[in-house]
Amino acid sequence: MATQQPFQAFLDEHRAPVLSFLRAMVGPVDADDVFQETFIAALRAYRRMDGRHPRAWVLTIARRKAIDHHRARARRPVPRDDVVELSDRTPAESGHGEEEREIWTAVAGLSAAQRAAIALRYAAELPYREIGTALGCSEEAARRRVHDGLRALRASFENRQEATR
Amino acid sequence: MTRIDPRRLRKTLAAGADDAALAAEGLAARAADEGLVDVAYATLDTPLGTFTLAATERGLVRVALPGAPLGGVLERLAAEVSPRLLELPARLDPARRELDEYFAGSRRSFDLELDWRLTPAGFYRRVLRSASRRLHFGATASYGQVAAWAGSPRASRAAGTALARNPIPIVVPCHRVLRSSGEIGLYGGGPAMKEELLRLEGAIEE
Repeated sequence: MATQQPFQAFLDEHRAPVLSFLRAMVGPVDADDVFQETFIAALRAYRRMDGRHPRAWVLTIARRKAIDHHRARARRPVPRDDVVELSDRTPAESGHGEEEREIWTAVAGLSAAQRAAIALRYAAELPYREIGTALGCSEEAARRRVHDGLRALRASFENRQEATR
Repeated sequence: MTRIDPRRLRKTLAAGADDAALAAEGLAARAADEGLVDVAYATLDTPLGTFTLAATERGLVRVALPGAPLGGVLERLAAEVSPRLLELPARLDPARRELDEYFAGSRRSFDLELDWRLTPAGFYRRVLRSASRRLHFGATASYGQVAAWAGSPRASRAAGTALARNPIPIVVPCHRVLRSSGEIGLYGGGPAMKEELLRLEGAIEE
């Protein structure tokens, strides 16, 4: 078994991309909780990590935790629409402009699968092969999902602009 | 008019380093509560420079002298003890307090649980244990003497090796062992640091 780097170094190296990914997946407010769930689970499993793609490995855990989070929320007595909730919770208060808000809203409107692919690519900066690892699909399928996600984002923008014209 | 492009997506979605640091706050304490931290570490600023201290459930396992790069110290602990290693100063509070007092001149002996696992059981460990037990603040001994305490009077060279590899310097006082000629001998932190420690203890003249 390969020797793992110290968990503190692992955490320091991957915490920003994991947080970025989770913000896109569950919204900025809940992201901090899911972030801690993710790294606690990673620490629990750390000695069994194969070590070749640590970032893809921890993002796989993050994706599962994001799914758990959505399921837990869906079980709450008064379910709210996912899209509304995500866009509600964009970090508008931290000085983000109209443009950022539009992007967050569009990302929130993606299907869960496309949002995961987009977030892995543009929030967590993973190469396509590792996106495949994190999503449990092939590199080609990962590439396709990111491109489909981009197309859906652009379509959602154009629609909104049509609507405001 | 906004357009979606990768650059803009990245810029919008990327969390800042500060946000990530905030999100990680309290994580180590929570991990410790759940029994997931095998090695806790903290740094300590002293008049001699910045030390790194590490502890397991059993006790203090490592004191790294100033000048030892933190990354290397942590990597060796990950390899030799466990990679489940996090910065958790609370676990090192007793050691930090006692070392602070030692450097301030108000403490002459340490009352800390030690984890000896980084020193092989046998002669090496006997050397360090007997140095701890017998070499009090302000006293010194030769390598041969320490070898004799450990049961092998002629093994002064091996005793020197054991002392040179002491994973818990200061607390396990390898700095109090000198050449039989009275020369200061070697030290992990350099001979100057050894001299400074002996001066602090009044074992050698200013």
